[in-house]
Amino acid sequence: MDLAFTKEEIAFREEVREFFKNNVPPETRRKLQEGRHLSKDEMVTWWRILNKKGWGVTHWPKEYGGTGWTTVQHYIFNEELQSYPAPQPLAFGVSMVGPVIYTFGNEKQKKEYLPRIASVDDWWCQGFSEPGSGSDLASLKTTAERKGDKWIINGQKTWTTLAQHADMIFCLCRTDKNAKKQMGISFIVFSMKSKGVTVRPIQTIDGGHEVNEVFFDDVEVPYENLIGEENKGWDYAKFLLGNERTGIARVGVSKERLRRIRALASKVESGGRPVIEDPAFREKLTACEIELKALELTQLRVVADEGKHGKGKPNPASSVLKIKGSEIQQTTTELLMEIIGPFAAPYDEHGDAGSNESMDWTAQIAPSYFNNRKARSTAAPTRSSATSSARPCWGFDFLSLSPHLRGEVTRSRFR
Amino acid sequence: MDFDLSEEQRLLKESVDGLLADAYDFDARKKYMKEKGGWSKALWGKLAEQGLLGLPFAETDGGFGAGAVETMIVMEALGKALVVEPYLATVVVAGGFLRHGGSAEQKAKHIPGIIDGSKTFGFAQLEKNSRYDLFDIVTTAKKKGDGWVIDGEKFVVLNGENANTLVVTARTKGGQRDKTGIGVFLVPADAKGVTKKGYPTQDGLHAADITFTNVEVGADAAIGDPENGLPLIERVADEARTALCAEAVGAMDQSLKDTVEYIKTRKQFGVAIGTFQSLQHRAADMFVALEQARSMSMFATMASDFSDAKERSSAVAAAKVQVGKSLKFVGQQSIQLHGGIGMTMEAKIGHYFKRLTMIENTLGDTDYHLRRVSESGGLLA
Repeated sequence: MDLAFTKEEIAFREEVREFFKNNVPPETRRKLQEGRHLSKDEMVTWWRILNKKGWGVTHWPKEYGGTGWTTVQHYIFNEELQSYPAPQPLAFGVSMVGPVIYTFGNEKQKKEYLPRIASVDDWWCQGFSEPGSGSDLASLKTTAERKGDKWIINGQKTWTTLAQHADMIFCLCRTDKNAKKQMGISFIVFSMKSKGVTVRPIQTIDGGHEVNEVFFDDVEVPYENLIGEENKGWDYAKFLLGNERTGIARVGVSKERLRRIRALASKVESGGRPVIEDPAFREKLTACEIELKALELTQLRVVADEGKHGKGKPNPASSVLKIKGSEIQQTTTELLMEIIGPFAAPYDEHGDAGSNESMDWTAQIAPSYFNNRKARSTAAPTRSSATSSARPCWGFDFLSLSPHLRGEVTRSRFR
Repeated sequence: MDFDLSEEQRLLKESVDGLLADAYDFDARKKYMKEKGGWSKALWGKLAEQGLLGLPFAETDGGFGAGAVETMIVMEALGKALVVEPYLATVVVAGGFLRHGGSAEQKAKHIPGIIDGSKTFGFAQLEKNSRYDLFDIVTTAKKKGDGWVIDGEKFVVLNGENANTLVVTARTKGGQRDKTGIGVFLVPADAKGVTKKGYPTQDGLHAADITFTNVEVGADAAIGDPENGLPLIERVADEARTALCAEAVGAMDQSLKDTVEYIKTRKQFGVAIGTFQSLQHRAADMFVALEQARSMSMFATMASDFSDAKERSSAVAAAKVQVGKSLKFVGQQSIQLHGGIGMTMEAKIGHYFKRLTMIENTLGDTDYHLRRVSESGGLLA
């Protein structure tokens, strides 16, 4: 047992850090630090810088532009990216649909889509959730009916993140109404510019516009846009979500935020002294730092262990990452709220950094706090993660225990 | 970066797990607790035979030169089996004082007896009003000729009743809460003026309150600098806390396994209660608590190599905070999920809860260590 990184790994960390220092646009960094939303241009500009460096799709196989890094290198890269902070690559293209295409797609699809994902010529969004299908995703109702060499798609998706920017969507559609619910689903990709696609924004409680409803009204899609086999979409979706591993703990993000909290708490006064000198506040902050330290080590254990349990069988501790990671992220936003106290109130309605200049750094604190409530309710809510984590923990096979649990396992999304 | 055990460490783990699996089931434990002094000399002999009592000592002192990871492995195993024998007091604490502060003569005099299992120790540190501050000491050691005269009262000395030798912290100079003027002394338990009042503890161990009245010891009784012993005490206490974290992880691990086994087999309304989602979530939260504690136990273990004492202390304190929080949750929920049977003496699960509870309050509880980390400027600083 040894905590130290190798000399090569330390040099790699330096290289990554140096690159971010010299290449992340300062305005982009500042906005991230303050929890502001980035414009489409700002994100795309940064991703293209990253891709030019060869770091756009780091974990893809080398033949499609990946780096061939070790697990530890990936870990270091992510940690530095999150804590600098710089925008993370667009997950929907890079982490989600990309791997599905290079694993299950045909040659033509690989050639057509993969380079455009890496260069962000296509912005992808995810068509999974529906109004009646949240954690119980397999109950989805959007249909794709085959008509000659076309699919005709009808239905509605929701919570579609950044669909307002998207060029392409990957969509789970029901293609066999008679099959058992998981069996009749296909994975189809198509242009968001297609006739019959309507995007309606959903304003979230922080006032932001990140998510959308997407309606499909007789959308015509070429049959060849089916990825893999018909009615196997559920398997691909499981594969897609299973790809996400250690990044979900977002340790780097929380670290950066805790540093900021210390800095702000040393500046803002309460009761004639900086907030940081209030023992009650400081102990809450310290407790959060300790939780984060524990999570960082849990994550390192998972990273160091990757592959040792056999392919596709992660260290059971990996299920801790999502649950604790989101809890800690939420706590950090609570601490920020505590620091600014009554100055949380002014609402920066137009996103122009507030009417009171001295308060411009506080404008995003309450919105971030509100917005972070999502951390535990998206991409399989924490409660569902708790259920799914119970399974690998002790070989606790709920399926064999009781038939009525099958529903429960399904509700926990895919595991 | 590597969290795996080496080949030798794996073998050690197998052998200690194997030994305890054979010799330390719940019934055996009950039997050992009824022996004179409250623990088994025969079992202690087996630990000696396997070399477990000599692990951390240098090879030149007759030991195996093992490090913190090996101690972690053993403590975790002891935690799993709820071992009542005085490993912590003798090998970790007294052994730590001898290793880090002992003179060549002191090592030669005391270490062989620890390794062969013939001698055990107690750490006489806690005082009526000292609580968790290791420097808060009223007991005095006054110079007399070449030697020392010790006067004072110590409480809840683990293994205090059975120990052959007591490691006593005492003030050689200054006031009750001064950080200097503190010494550490080796006192034979049968020395004139030592009175012991022994009793069982809540978690099945034995302890004693000990009074020292004009106890005369020689010059060779002082370990290290008798006027500046606090850094040594802190260092050994950190090793003991780290060992306690590992013991707690072992106890939590088994407690959770037993609980999961229980909810998989216990039937109500015609089904195993483990099919109820509310209980699954509880168990999953216990798993999260356990794994976070395990991570910090490893962190504290690896921190023993940190050259900076402040960094080491912060790491250990942070681990004790995490383990303290986790053990409370896992311990309490284990009882809850067992229901009525968890409330009985005859079920093992409650004994984990009791041991875990006492671990939290040994050498600084969660709040105490949280304050320490907080006052030292946090963990990211």
